[in-house]
Amino acid sequence: MSTNESILEVTDLRTSFFTEGGEVKAVDGVTFDVPAGKTLGIVGESGSGKSITAMSILQLISHPGKIKGGEIKFRGKNLLDLSEKEMRKIRGNQISMIFQEPMTSLNPTYTVGQQIRESYKIHQGLGKKEGSKRAIEMLKLVGIPSPEKRLDQYPFELSGGMRQRVMIAMALACKPDLLIADEPTTALDVTIQAQILELIKELQDELGMSVVMITHDLGVVAETCDYVAVMYCGKVVEYADVRTLFKNPRHPYTVGLLKSLPRSDRDQEELTPIKGTVPSPDEMPVGCRFAPRCPFATNLCHEKLPSLDDVGDGEQIRCWIYTDEWNGDPGVKVYEPERTTEG
Amino acid sequence: MSQKELLKVKNLKQYFPIKGGIFGRTVNNVKAVDDISFTVNEGETVSVVGESGCGKSTTGRAILRLDNPTDGTVEFDGVNLLDLNKKEMRKMRKDMQIIFQDPYASLNPRQTVRETLREAMAIQNVVPKEERGDRIAELLETVGLQPYHADRYPHEFSGGQRQRIGIARALSVDPKLIVCDEAVSALDVSIQAQVLNLLKKFQKEMNLTYLFISHDLGVVRHISDRVIVMYLGKIVEVGDKKSIFENPQHPYTKALLSAIPVPDPDHNKDRIFLQGDVPSPIDPPTGCRFHTRCPFATERCKEETPELRSAGYMAEGHQGACHYMELIESGEHQPTRETSNVRMLDEEPEKV
Amino acid sequence: MTTYIIRRLFQLIPVLFGVTLLVFLLMHLTPGNPAQLIAGETASQSTIERIEVSMGLNDPLPVQYVNFVTDVAQLDFGYSYRNNTPVFEEIKPRFWITMELAIYSTILSIFIGLIAGIVSAVRQYSVRDVTIMIIALFGMSMPNFWLGLMLMNWFSIQLGWFPPTGWGSAGQVVLPVITLGTAGAAVIARMTRSSMLDVISQDYIRTARAKGVHEQIVIYRHALKNALIPVVTVVGLQFGTLLAGTVLTETVFSINGLGRLVIDSIMARDFPVVQACILIISVIFVVVNLIVDISYTLLNKRIDMD
Repeated sequence: MSTNESILEVTDLRTSFFTEGGEVKAVDGVTFDVPAGKTLGIVGESGSGKSITAMSILQLISHPGKIKGGEIKFRGKNLLDLSEKEMRKIRGNQISMIFQEPMTSLNPTYTVGQQIRESYKIHQGLGKKEGSKRAIEMLKLVGIPSPEKRLDQYPFELSGGMRQRVMIAMALACKPDLLIADEPTTALDVTIQAQILELIKELQDELGMSVVMITHDLGVVAETCDYVAVMYCGKVVEYADVRTLFKNPRHPYTVGLLKSLPRSDRDQEELTPIKGTVPSPDEMPVGCRFAPRCPFATNLCHEKLPSLDDVGDGEQIRCWIYTDEWNGDPGVKVYEPERTTEG
Repeated sequence: MSQKELLKVKNLKQYFPIKGGIFGRTVNNVKAVDDISFTVNEGETVSVVGESGCGKSTTGRAILRLDNPTDGTVEFDGVNLLDLNKKEMRKMRKDMQIIFQDPYASLNPRQTVRETLREAMAIQNVVPKEERGDRIAELLETVGLQPYHADRYPHEFSGGQRQRIGIARALSVDPKLIVCDEAVSALDVSIQAQVLNLLKKFQKEMNLTYLFISHDLGVVRHISDRVIVMYLGKIVEVGDKKSIFENPQHPYTKALLSAIPVPDPDHNKDRIFLQGDVPSPIDPPTGCRFHTRCPFATERCKEETPELRSAGYMAEGHQGACHYMELIESGEHQPTRETSNVRMLDEEPEKV
Repeated sequence: MTTYIIRRLFQLIPVLFGVTLLVFLLMHLTPGNPAQLIAGETASQSTIERIEVSMGLNDPLPVQYVNFVTDVAQLDFGYSYRNNTPVFEEIKPRFWITMELAIYSTILSIFIGLIAGIVSAVRQYSVRDVTIMIIALFGMSMPNFWLGLMLMNWFSIQLGWFPPTGWGSAGQVVLPVITLGTAGAAVIARMTRSSMLDVISQDYIRTARAKGVHEQIVIYRHALKNALIPVVTVVGLQFGTLLAGTVLTETVFSINGLGRLVIDSIMARDFPVVQACILIISVIFVVVNLIVDISYTLLNKRIDMD
């Protein structure tokens, strides 16, 4: 909420990829806040730009991608004004990141210990002995059995779940203020996913850090996040606290996502898919990006891009329906939340 | 729904040899599927669920003889497929199709959609040559594509569209059974819902039978009539969808269901955290294969392999493979292990 | 690891069997009678027959082969037809010259190849990258005898910097090593580049950057070690090409190495020497590849050594 102090404020972030086919605006004016100590979920389907947003925060975008503009304020300081050297001091130290594929995200030719110690060496100048001591503490913290032994093991000797724990240990080594988790459990089995998500949550409480959770899984969002930004085609279309988003979703895309989701916790007669597909970058609509798939779209939607507006209670929506200019059916504003079996 | 048994799998085993030592002999086997039996009735959808390494995909491949099973029988329409020679099997494949997870990898990149579908029909010779053109247009329309898509190559389509082509190819030979191996797992939810609805529609219209292999329990709950839960090459529980999801009996099924994140912030999370990782299928644990991670395991579970069985209070056809189903249900057998801590892991067995 | 090495050594047996058999048959199936050769054009039939008996040329082929292998195992390659000296003594000094040439050239090609490949990969599609890759293409395409002659023309005859022929002094080493090493350097540069490009796009490189690792350390510590794995294989294969290349290089620079010995012996139909040379070169090639495979597994921890 707006009363909360934000640790990260992203404003109008733009990241493009310059390919032979022209400019692809992967992140196209993204704005959101991460309240201190809370978890913000960024949810979206493939091509929504959620991962590129995460990579842009740490400026890990490499050729042919480029951050074109906007502001990324971390503790009041715009990261885009920093030099590469200053940025390196932030990466892995104040802001850390974990990735989707634990199988490939660790260097196969170095031991677990070498990889964790490296963080201590870079950011705290610790030698091998002190680094190993700290690394063992971290491995214990993330629940890895016999950590002394693990230190000398190579990533291939560990299971997927263990590797993701090592990744978390490495990311949290320097006790960052912000952890960016990019689909941290997508590649894992569901019972392992449950362990890892719980672990992240517990560590967040213990270390008092904030988390940005990038995911395509609305279940993961509901379980782990306090606030949610829904992205579609490089833009945030809805930003709300998690309860509001699931109980009273307003953007037609968010509603569509929830209605297409097969649920494991209750029976559903039928799924209502969103029609059509995500537009390709070279045929991006000029108006609302979602208009071609939106059941309520009017001429206004097809012609003019709506802005991300406050609609009260800290909620933001990018949709013409919730503006005074709306000229379609006034009834579509009311979304009847489905009754759930629980509470 | 008719009760004709279309597919009857009995004592199916699929071992993959491991070569090793100085002379590269077979030193051991990966017991990917180890003695499983089940039936699938005509017109129903049976899902096989479980985590990686449980043998669900291997089961699907073994049934279609994409890998030749080590032992057991697979009766399809009364014929044991494992007795057939190559030629007879090829004929049989007309009735049994498979849709894979990655539609891109399973489509020939140098063939247009038309060529792909024509080839499928030519191999099985189901549609007279002169009618194939019309049939292709009809098929594409059925799966929600346009007839002009027929002359495009796989790379010109999106993931969802490619999966539709995979479905069209499977349908082109008018099969009875379709094995869907993680068929919608790679798709975004909005597209996944489209494909799921399509699969349901065809089932109704063409009386298709699906063997639906998936790790996504939301999808499984939506599409299945019956569900088979596998763990390390064994079936641990089987039953109608309602029983499995609302009255699970095996501790593994319970843990699996409790682990799924539910898209509802108010959902009450009574989560069972399993200890450690799935053991290796090379030397699977003795007795009940789940005993190394099971919250309720006792000495008996280490020694005695539980068979699939039913109990009086369970629905018809609902079976679990656990010694303590009834006692857990009545509360007489309490957990023997911690299930709420994610950081007090037992020493996991060494990975091989 | 020990199991792996033992297994690889066992696998050498059929390879060596094949090599000896091939060399043996090659010599025995080529037209021309060795006895006649030794005895000379004008020798009488009885002399020739006597020689045939003493050399065991009338024994059945399998017996001859077994004798051949037994002798070879004891480093007894017979006597040179030309000089009537033990072949082994004939080969020994020349063998070391060729090994020196091959090893120096390999070191040169690895050194230049790696640097060029890394520099290219780090700035893909830059002017630097394109220039290096064009030079590499030339390096691969130039026949080495031609390159040798050109180098000799410029640096020995025109500029007089290096002696044009011979082997031994530091100056004499330079041109032949460049001649022989260029193609290898080009191949290794191209391999290093593509391997580095592949590795740089891997997830763990992104992880390293996200940790705040300096870009240079990302390249030289995190990326290079992984990128070297396929390069090592190429170096091994390249060594074989290199051995073949010594024949031409030694001829161009008049170096008395193994390669030249082969040529001279073939010209003189000195079969035992040819046989021994081919055999030795084959064995070196096999052994080098064994070493490469073992170092490959040491570099790449993921390879299951059992």
